[in-house]
Amino acid sequence: MADPTSNGTSSFHEPALRLKLGLAEMLKGGVIMDVMNVEQARIAEEAGAISVMALERVPAMIRAEGGVARMANPKLIREIMAAVTIPVMAKARIGHFAEAQILQHLGVDFIDESEVLTPADETYHIDKHAFTTPFVCGARNLGEALRRIAEGAAMIRTKGEPGTGDVVHAVRHMRQIVSEIKALTVLSDQELYNAAKVHGAPYELVRMVAKSGSLPVPNFSAGGIATPADAALMMQLGAESIFVGSGIFMKERATPLEVGLYEEGDVYKDGDWYWVKIKGEWQPDVPIVRSNFGKPIDPSLIGQPRNPEERVEAISRARAIVIATTHFADAKIVADAAETVTGTMKGLAAAAIEEKDLMQTRGW
Amino acid sequence: MMAAPTSPLIGVLALQGAYDAHVRTLTALGATPRLIRVPAELDALDGLILPGGESTTMLKFLDRNGFFEILQSYVKSTPTFGTCAGAILLATHVESPAQRSLAALDITVQRNAYGRQIDSSILTAPTSLPGPPLEMVFIRAPRITRTGPTVETLATRDGFPTLVRSGHILAATFHPELSADPRVHQLFLTLVRQHHADFARQSH
Repeated sequence: MADPTSNGTSSFHEPALRLKLGLAEMLKGGVIMDVMNVEQARIAEEAGAISVMALERVPAMIRAEGGVARMANPKLIREIMAAVTIPVMAKARIGHFAEAQILQHLGVDFIDESEVLTPADETYHIDKHAFTTPFVCGARNLGEALRRIAEGAAMIRTKGEPGTGDVVHAVRHMRQIVSEIKALTVLSDQELYNAAKVHGAPYELVRMVAKSGSLPVPNFSAGGIATPADAALMMQLGAESIFVGSGIFMKERATPLEVGLYEEGDVYKDGDWYWVKIKGEWQPDVPIVRSNFGKPIDPSLIGQPRNPEERVEAISRARAIVIATTHFADAKIVADAAETVTGTMKGLAAAAIEEKDLMQTRGW
Repeated sequence: MMAAPTSPLIGVLALQGAYDAHVRTLTALGATPRLIRVPAELDALDGLILPGGESTTMLKFLDRNGFFEILQSYVKSTPTFGTCAGAILLATHVESPAQRSLAALDITVQRNAYGRQIDSSILTAPTSLPGPPLEMVFIRAPRITRTGPTVETLATRDGFPTLVRSGHILAATFHPELSADPRVHQLFLTLVRQHHADFARQSH
């Protein structure tokens, strides 16, 4: 008889998988935030995020701008890893094991094999057992979750519909997985063989879920969570942590809030001369550089927010969602947190998206 | 006089982190766990566990509504066990980077001292606990680089302490809640019982 603690190719007692699951346990009850630059990463950490996801474009921008979405530039990932002490995640395209190898080499703490990026393989997901770095994968139903776990995923997140700010599909997928788990727990042993066929998932994993009443790895939620109330809703529906993508730093569909600070490299004007501060030294600026940095500033502005209002808005969203995730069952605390938020991303109704434009249908 | 509890009520700080795993271990050992998210829930506990997770995140929550100060005075008189991030919170000094801590245990802790997740590891080594060598699960683990004179070292890794005790405070840089071996949690529950027995004797 098969080892009931095996996920098909690797035992849950095996040290490599236990270490992956160990980090997933540490990330429970918190918020993982998408960040596109160092300043956003710092804001996320300061707000109490348990981890940041380093990427070049958040899902809302990918959706609005189109094109092929790929793994982020290693330089950006390294900069973000250097800027924060919390774990850093990064996304690889579905099936793109070479991107995953690069991410493992960079030392990211978790790899997200993500439907947000353009899939690189139409049939095969990454063999995640082949990596030391743990993986998180999206799922819309129990069968999909168990197939990813069989491949070595150490964490599942419900997919929802990324980049929308509409929580409806995150709810649908969480309810789907939770109800399918409940349904398994009342089946007899002889019925479980057929359940494995129905779910298209390994029998050993189906049996584990039936006996324990839960997934063998932590189950987080993602895809459209944009407000403190959304986070509290997903936690009450059974999510063990929350991923927030576009909800923190996006204003309009393709426009992020301006959260940056004036910094070295910005240009200022003195009489007829333009100056730029590089590595602490003021140097005469050349027009080609100036055009990259926009309008000249007073040097006393260095370290000040470029857009104080929008920076405050992003910070308020990040803090409030963190508080609502921990205190999800306490409506008073969630209400107080929601009250501090100075604005919310505009969003896009998931029902208005055409089937072919859905990200959640990537992967299987 | 307060009786030694038969099923001790143990709080597990659940602001974020590995609270579920501690709850599983405590339940298996016959203790009664209670998740702690606000100061009021600290009431009437026999002991408290500060789990692993991200100490920076936990500090953000402790900074709100005076939780930090309440916890600081609470752990002075209540048996408390910190694992990983919990050990960082209990330390008198925290490095890389320096951050605020409850200063209940006279140790210096260096955060993420062994590297990132790819450097996480499971080691088995002899300890001063009774029985065979102990499995220790290190996840992005900190390192105790200094222990004060009152601090007893119960286990080590490469010569650095990994399990330490001082009075009613116990701290581990590894994760006993992720191992099947219950000895470290048993040690904590023994410490809880002793503390309450001592308290009962003194107040008698």
